[in-house]
Amino acid sequence: MIQSLRNNLREKFIHWALRVRSPEPAPIILVQRRIYVLPSRAGLAFAAALVVILLGAMNYNLSLGHALVFLLVGLGVVNILHTFRNLALLSIRPGRCEPVFANGLARFDVLLENTRTEPRISLRLQIGDAAPVELDVGSSTVAVAPLTVPALQRGWLPLPRVTLETTWPLGLIRAWAYAVPDMRCLIYPAPATHAPPLPWGGDRARGPSREGRGTDDFSGLRTYQVSDAPRHVAWKAAARQQDGPLLTKLFSGASAEQCWLEWDALPIALDTEQRLAILARWMLDADKMGLAWGLRIPGHRLPPDNGEAHLATGLRTLALYRHGAN
Amino acid sequence: MARINRPVSRRQSWWLLATALAAFLPLTPQIPLCLALAAGTCFALRAALTWKQWRLPPRWLLVLLVAAGTSAVFFEYRSLVGRTPGVALLVVFLALKLLELRAARDAISTVLLCYFLVLAQFMFTQTIPTALLACGTIIITTATLLAASDDRPTPIIQLRRTLLMLAQALPFMLLLFLLFPRVQGPLWGLPQDRTSAVSGLSDTMSPGSIAQLSQSDAVAFRVQFKGEVPAQSQLYWRGPVMPAFDGRSWRVTQTLGAYPVPPYVPRGSSVDYEVTLEPHGKFWLFALEMPGTLPPDSAMTSDYQPIARQAVRTRLRYTQQASPDTLAGINESAANLRAALELPKEGNPQIRAIAAEWRQRHGTDATAILAAAEDLFVRQLLIYTLNPPLLGRDVVDEFLFDTRRGFCEHFSAAFVFALRAAGVPARVVAGYQGGEINPVDGYLVVRQYDAHAWTEVWIAERGWVRIDPTAISAPRRINNNVAAAVPAGEPLPFLARSDLAWLKELRNRMDAVTNGWNQWVLGYNPQRQKDLLQSLGLDAPDWRSMTAILTALCGAVLLGLTAWVLHQRVRVDPALAAWQRFTRKLAKRGITWQAWEGPQDFARRASHAAPQHARAIHEIADLYAQLRYNPNTDRASLSQLNTKITAFRP
Repeated sequence: MIQSLRNNLREKFIHWALRVRSPEPAPIILVQRRIYVLPSRAGLAFAAALVVILLGAMNYNLSLGHALVFLLVGLGVVNILHTFRNLALLSIRPGRCEPVFANGLARFDVLLENTRTEPRISLRLQIGDAAPVELDVGSSTVAVAPLTVPALQRGWLPLPRVTLETTWPLGLIRAWAYAVPDMRCLIYPAPATHAPPLPWGGDRARGPSREGRGTDDFSGLRTYQVSDAPRHVAWKAAARQQDGPLLTKLFSGASAEQCWLEWDALPIALDTEQRLAILARWMLDADKMGLAWGLRIPGHRLPPDNGEAHLATGLRTLALYRHGAN
Repeated sequence: MARINRPVSRRQSWWLLATALAAFLPLTPQIPLCLALAAGTCFALRAALTWKQWRLPPRWLLVLLVAAGTSAVFFEYRSLVGRTPGVALLVVFLALKLLELRAARDAISTVLLCYFLVLAQFMFTQTIPTALLACGTIIITTATLLAASDDRPTPIIQLRRTLLMLAQALPFMLLLFLLFPRVQGPLWGLPQDRTSAVSGLSDTMSPGSIAQLSQSDAVAFRVQFKGEVPAQSQLYWRGPVMPAFDGRSWRVTQTLGAYPVPPYVPRGSSVDYEVTLEPHGKFWLFALEMPGTLPPDSAMTSDYQPIARQAVRTRLRYTQQASPDTLAGINESAANLRAALELPKEGNPQIRAIAAEWRQRHGTDATAILAAAEDLFVRQLLIYTLNPPLLGRDVVDEFLFDTRRGFCEHFSAAFVFALRAAGVPARVVAGYQGGEINPVDGYLVVRQYDAHAWTEVWIAERGWVRIDPTAISAPRRINNNVAAAVPAGEPLPFLARSDLAWLKELRNRMDAVTNGWNQWVLGYNPQRQKDLLQSLGLDAPDWRSMTAILTALCGAVLLGLTAWVLHQRVRVDPALAAWQRFTRKLAKRGITWQAWEGPQDFARRASHAAPQHARAIHEIADLYAQLRYNPNTDRASLSQLNTKITAFRP
């Protein structure tokens, strides 16, 4: 009861604290009014110690005791400024966010930009109750904070509210701010662990699509180009002549297999998510086997092809299939 | 909360060990040797634990050790409260806390303990060297606090950050020190061990007791005169009055205040001065004859001796007014006069016989008897010396007629004895005589070697009259100082000697610094605070106005610091600034640049949207890309970019 009331109040405070409707456009700059400052537990202990020292100094009429207390009071005040400054005017931007499969961890790279010439030290970013990510942002640089969120279901996963906090330098004061950078991660459906065998052999290729660009039969070598898949690099050849250029193995596509991954081919008893899981599994298998595969699901049709971009398009189609939020 | 539970790293352990040592070492003279050794063992163990990365001792063992340490302190002092046992207890806790560094929380408590130990140090001494030492401890302790939250930087960087923060804290310290409403302590009773033995006059005087003081050059008190300094021979700082005599030693009988205000009427001109009395653990306050007013919280004994309500255990400052021409004790009570005539039944037959003869010749004429006694002292050719021979049973007879060598206590005791034997009320007064002006700050410094004893004789119509029998034989003692009066070659404290002028000069300077420190730092009390604020133009400073001023000034400092601390030194790349100017121009045409877009990509998109400017757009984008990504571009291309952008009108 009390716990829920507390949570409720906390949510209300955060709602009020954020003020802007989340998610916010980039860059988010932590201006003064967004930063909250309260003493930490160590800070409270420090304050209590100061009171005791002051009473002792008064009782024994110790002038230097007074000086000690006042110096430490000044130190505490200065520490508030330093802690506040460590967070103030930090600029937050969304960074890279690679798609992941459901049940994995979505990784959001949040960019923290420090326009100041002094570094910002020991910033902690935290989502919910997860373990915080601690990092420094050097002078006039951008640091990447890799935040991870468990990916539970396919579709878009928005970055939840991020708490940025710091207790640097003395650990007596905690300054914190909330931010919801406009970031989302694409979550692919989790591939089914038990899937029917890949439906292949149904459609034969009508002819070589592109000479020497298939993935089936080895047909020769050419020099490596940046876009070539690493698994087609002739590593053995590279190992033999150490200074030579990297070579890429060419395959004749004449006999490349094509297969269609079809929604309707699956048993009617399966529901949408199960079908998507099986289709995802098939895509990965087909890609691994070097097949040119096509996809037919209600409302979408992908012509057969292979390669990483094609796989990504296919998985994305599955991820967003009849997904509420686009 | 996760931070509080974070384990203490190796580097942090070293820091904590350093801070514990910095807080502990200055206290070693104040704690028993065995405790110091035990604490040292704990520190060494901590060093070994950190060095070898051994496991920490189990918690139950530490609990046992804490209990053992606490009871050891209790059995040593029979108490756990008070200054010395308190400090010993703190040392025990600190030493054992170091063996229990598990989480960041332990680090914080260690640091706080060290701050307490700094305070503990001030309970014993507050001299300038102590303050400097404490500064060092505070720096190390604060650096440790810094390291407790981030242990990666090198010690140099940690110390530099600490110094920066402490420097920023200094204005607050100064303001609070000057303006924080002060309360005169103690807030509650002081434990009895607050003062340890201090040198000074005692409440008894026997042969040799003052001669012993003459070997100390410790400061007894300092005096600042408001007007002209009276002549050296008039500087009789009246201390304990000793009317009781047991045949060997003289003793104070009055310890309680009999009068809340002086019972006589001050007469003639007056001398105003302020005394800063070093703690001596007794009640009396030294004053020139005769005090016209009494300092606050004091009273006067029936011997006209101002005494404080509480023993002087801390440095005490009071203003005084002396009226040398005052007649005190004209209506002296019969009881007091009787007490001033009492003598032991036996002993010293020789002087008793001479006194009886005076009495026979002069009757009750006290003045004539006094003259006779003075005459006797002149005729005896007494020698003033720091090394008088030991005396047997009849101290007065042996001194006057046999050894004829003595220090002031011999002179005054013999003189009072002679007068009492002749029926004239007389008593011994102890105190200080003279003093030395420190030319650096103008304070008169009275040291322990200025301790002196003289006599007061009661004469009808004149009251108590000061007679200094030492002055009869050794006038130089009164007009100069001890060193001038005693024979050459007698051991004297270095400061009392008149040679070695340059060393004395140096010592004078140091003494002036110490005095300034005592007056303005250590002696900064509610009164001084009030005086300061009044001199700054504040009519009736009370805690409200002080708090208001304090808040205003601290707020101003805080604002200044905030401005300084939050001042953003942002250096925008000039090429980027130019590019932003360019994109703003295009944005007005509805072509907005996205932050993730490269210049070439944007140029392509923009020229699609505005084909008539395609050339200019591409030129600008190329130039910008060159400036940003090619390290070998010069300033000329920057100005070229700026010109192009200025000329660009979409």
